[in-house]
Amino acid sequence: MTTTKPDRYDVWVMATVAISLAGFVVGLTWIPGIAASDFPTVDWPWVEGLGIDLAFRVDGLSLLFVLLITGVGVPVLGYAAAYASDGAKRRRLCLLLFAFLLAMLGLVTADDLITLFVFWEATTVISYLLIGFDHEREAARRSALQGLLVTAAGGLALLAGLVLLGAEAGTFRLSELPAALADTDPSDLTLSLVLILCGCFTKSAQLPFHFWLPNAMAAPTPVSAYLHSATMVKAGIYLMARVHPVYSDHELWFPVLTVVGAATAVWASIQALRQTDLKLMLAHTTVMALGTLTMFLGSSSPVAVAAAATFIVVHALYKSTLFLVIGVIDRRTGTRDRRLVSGLSSVLPMTAIAAFAGAFSMAGFPPFLGFIGKELKYEGALAIAEEPGLVIVAAVAANAMMVAIALAVSVRSFLGQPSDVDAGTPPPRLMVAVPLFLGLCGLIFGLAPSLIGETIVQPAATAVLGMPAEIKLALWHGVNLPLLLSIVTVVLGIGLYFWLDRITLGLDRIGARLPVSGDRIYDAVLHTTLDGAKRLTSVVQGGRLPVYIGLSFAAVGLALLVGAVGDEAETWSAIRLEPLEPWEIASLALLAVGAALAIAGRRRLTALCGLAAVGVGTTLVFLMHGAVDVAVTQFMVEALIVVFVAAVIPKIPPFESIRRSVRERVARGLLAAFVGLGATLALLRLAPPVDRTITSFYEQMSVPEAFGRNVVNVILVDFRALDTLGEVAVVVIAAFGAFALLRGRRFSRGAE
Amino acid sequence: MTWLVVAPILFPLLGAILAALLGRRRVLARGVAVAVCIGMTVSAVALLVQVWNHGMVTMAVGNWAAPFGIVLAADHLSAVLTVITGITGLAVAVYAVADIDRLREARGYHALFLVLLAGVNGAFLTGDLFNLYVWFEVMLIASFGMVALGRTRAELDGAMRYLALNIVATLMFLLAIALLFGSTGTLNLAHLHVIVSSGQAEGAVLAAGLLLAVAFGMKAAVFPLFFWLPASYHTPAFAVSAIFAGLLTKVGVYALIRVFTLVFADQDGFVQTLFWPVAAATMVVGVLGAASQTEIRKILSFHIVSQIGYMLVGLALLTPIAVTAAVFYLIHHIVVKANLFLVAGVIHRYCRTNDLALTGGLVRRAPWLAVLFLVPALSLAGIPPLSGFWAKLLIVQASLDAADLAMAAVALVVGLFTIFSMIKIWNEAFWKAPPDGAVAVTPSRRDLRFLCAPVAMLAVLTICVGLGAGPAFDLAQRASAELLDPRSYARAILGDFMVLTSNEPLGAPR
Repeated sequence: MTTTKPDRYDVWVMATVAISLAGFVVGLTWIPGIAASDFPTVDWPWVEGLGIDLAFRVDGLSLLFVLLITGVGVPVLGYAAAYASDGAKRRRLCLLLFAFLLAMLGLVTADDLITLFVFWEATTVISYLLIGFDHEREAARRSALQGLLVTAAGGLALLAGLVLLGAEAGTFRLSELPAALADTDPSDLTLSLVLILCGCFTKSAQLPFHFWLPNAMAAPTPVSAYLHSATMVKAGIYLMARVHPVYSDHELWFPVLTVVGAATAVWASIQALRQTDLKLMLAHTTVMALGTLTMFLGSSSPVAVAAAATFIVVHALYKSTLFLVIGVIDRRTGTRDRRLVSGLSSVLPMTAIAAFAGAFSMAGFPPFLGFIGKELKYEGALAIAEEPGLVIVAAVAANAMMVAIALAVSVRSFLGQPSDVDAGTPPPRLMVAVPLFLGLCGLIFGLAPSLIGETIVQPAATAVLGMPAEIKLALWHGVNLPLLLSIVTVVLGIGLYFWLDRITLGLDRIGARLPVSGDRIYDAVLHTTLDGAKRLTSVVQGGRLPVYIGLSFAAVGLALLVGAVGDEAETWSAIRLEPLEPWEIASLALLAVGAALAIAGRRRLTALCGLAAVGVGTTLVFLMHGAVDVAVTQFMVEALIVVFVAAVIPKIPPFESIRRSVRERVARGLLAAFVGLGATLALLRLAPPVDRTITSFYEQMSVPEAFGRNVVNVILVDFRALDTLGEVAVVVIAAFGAFALLRGRRFSRGAE
Repeated sequence: MTWLVVAPILFPLLGAILAALLGRRRVLARGVAVAVCIGMTVSAVALLVQVWNHGMVTMAVGNWAAPFGIVLAADHLSAVLTVITGITGLAVAVYAVADIDRLREARGYHALFLVLLAGVNGAFLTGDLFNLYVWFEVMLIASFGMVALGRTRAELDGAMRYLALNIVATLMFLLAIALLFGSTGTLNLAHLHVIVSSGQAEGAVLAAGLLLAVAFGMKAAVFPLFFWLPASYHTPAFAVSAIFAGLLTKVGVYALIRVFTLVFADQDGFVQTLFWPVAAATMVVGVLGAASQTEIRKILSFHIVSQIGYMLVGLALLTPIAVTAAVFYLIHHIVVKANLFLVAGVIHRYCRTNDLALTGGLVRRAPWLAVLFLVPALSLAGIPPLSGFWAKLLIVQASLDAADLAMAAVALVVGLFTIFSMIKIWNEAFWKAPPDGAVAVTPSRRDLRFLCAPVAMLAVLTICVGLGAGPAFDLAQRASAELLDPRSYARAILGDFMVLTSNEPLGAPR
């Protein structure tokens, strides 16, 4: 064993451990107060306009989680410090874990729905960074992204659900919700319930969103141990427990939670038996435990809720122990394949003790805490009056498989012939000590269950039920139905254990033939969506400027046409067209010829001449209607444009689009006609302005107030001088730009 | 105090002249740009304080009273947008010191930049439709100059697309003004409101309204008129694309909000019917476009489109909370989007490319850059407690309040895709190990200082808006209340004139 001197990175590590420990101690000091219903609260206004506060309140349920988060957090942080050899990595790992710890604390103590969501999303983001900790591995990145997308999608549903719930209750205050919603018709809460459950199910890896959790095992072991035992995945469980008082009377609550939870538990146990990687095996049992918890939270029976509250503690302790044990095995042997490791007790004696403690608690053997948890679970299952059969069968089946898996992790790995896999290095002492500590906690609490029974579990159950619950945890309840079920479970479990290899093979064969899996569906959805996005984008954003311009003009034509036609027919009948004079017909003919030439012209110069004819035609119209100054300006502009463009044409390289097909020309012609029609109709609708106040003001004030006889000039330089200022800026920039462009051209030619 | 309203336009315009006169004295020109932006920000903040305390500030230019002359008017929305323009401008001006090369500076980058800011502020502050057109033109010519500064083939190609499509929009704006003026005889926005809502001017008002929607819609890059934006935003210098990304489309959104809550207010359901499908389709198509891209600036460009859709939810629902949400989104988006383009520039400095396939390893090479990226990226993705979260929350709340589940669903699903895009950039540029043949250069310390200080400033701003969402929400709510009370706006601008001319009795404010 090597001992290294503390370096500068360890300051960070120690700080995180110290703060977390302080949090744990503070949590302990709250126990008596909370038992007496004196809840610590913090309340800062945040967005008062929306009724959102940064509010925290610690009741029994919050306290249970606070103690778990910090209580498991401190050992895991210590383990992480020993786990990461490189100083910078160690600091990063511990800081991220610590950030996650803080986010979880915020989540479980928030008393405002939006505050809760803030921390909920924080855990999503930080868990993403943790799962992808070894970010240069492709698999880690993929798993991190998958976890993020699934939980973030659920998070968005949750947000909608929370907003709906808040709107229905008229408050975002969690502690005020039950009272505020007491008189609400449950059917008004259906949508918010479904959305909130989507959030919980994704976070807590319930079917059909369960697949991300085993993939998240790409994370370093301390991360898995922390996220998947005491924290991240329990967030969904926490929220279901938290809204239990609000929704437990809803007709959907019980069936949805029970069925989803039971299905998840059974499915995950079967999946767990398939695994050969110890860590993946544990990951699936985590899903299984979460399913069980969901199932129990579906009920409003005090025993079932108490079973859930107890099992949260039980599971956190043994699961963190076992994950950390596997981290040690991995470090020592270089593998996590359960078929390769055996007889490790000779090289890792202390770890073997930890493993057996964890595994026996998991299997529910007395006198470990897991035994109490399991007895309570059976008692709770029997108490779920509505559907005891389903719940009991699911619970027994799942537990039997847990026994088998627990034996596989402990007996198979540590007893028997020592295997010759020895690719690793001896783990640091701290890495061994931490799981031992956590495993022994399971034993101590099992022997003295009153340590957590009335202090932690009972207030938690009280908070969930919304009424005082009395819970006594004890090892021995006498010979009763739960005990008999326990015995059945153990026998079944041992049987499964001896058949494990064959079962694994068989399941693997079936599993390989299964047409669907959550993971594959995720991939399919992701790829289909991205392919669809690509295809859609290549249509919408095809890259050809003429198409863009055409579509833009089509929109213009449509706007004009719809706007001009409008919805009142009588306006149209009021329009009287005067007969056209011969010269007007002549100028119209010029316009038409010019337009046709511009569309049909095969050479640029021809098209340009067509445009020039259109310009001259327009000028003539102005001239005929007495707007001489406008006509003169227009004519000069048209002439200059022709000259400029004609001068440039020889210099630009011939490009494809000028050789347009007939079809393309027709399409363009039609588009032009469409826009023209729209503009014409819109102009026809132009009645004389209803209000001539401004025009007459200009006419009257031009001489006496603005001292100018040319009204147009006065408008330009006085009444609306700011416009002119802006236009001057435009002209100056254009001039400079043109100058720079020409000069730049000479430069670049010189450079070549 | 009325001079405060013209200061955000005058400062940059005078600064532009100064910068142009300084010519090749590049250091001085940079100093002018930065100083002008500081002055602009300070005066804009003073303006906002004035508006906050005493209500709207107006100024009749040339002392010709509205509606005869041009009026400049700052309500909460205009004032806060000038503040954001000042801050974003300042960030980009500092960034430009290290980003804009000698050649571009010699070609008048600083002058164009300041003219652009003048145009943006002019558009935000004017109370006159034709004057708004003028500022649009000023922005267009300045921005065209800026995209074409580099004269590389890619840049000129992008510049052409930008110009061609924007000219269509500008011309249609002009046609709409002609139709509207022909029907109503006025150009003053408040006066237009009075006449149009009196119902006397039938004529071509509807056509003009729809045409304005198309013209502003093109400027704002809504579906199906956004082509120009993804086609041109990834080509110019990073400072240029950042200021564009932050401000230009938002001027279009501002114009849409202003015109359709003022001139075309009181048109039963017209605005909602028009903008509901536009908002939803813009969100979806934009975000799918982003999902299909692999170049950082292209991804970000498509997200601009998508987020314009979010802002239009304000017009699609037209409830007080929806308009509040739109205003909040507008403020948040300008800061964050400009910042992400600035970060893209820093990434380019490290990898010499923005192509995600060729980037990688930045979390090791530049860990602080990773943080500076994550803040605006997560904010854009709507992760709490950053500003984007509140923007998204407000949109969702507005949709749900209006019992519009479809819009809420669209907003939320699009939000998920936004997260996906941001994470894609993070995964590829920061987390992934650098691919074979990747270029790895380290910018000089001096350059990094100028590049990262503004990025950090805008990141801090995002965090502050997120943590201090209360005051920001109050501001947005005030702006929303003003927007939905066009009568009071008209009364503030027209004063006695309105009482004298309007045939309809005005009554008490609603």
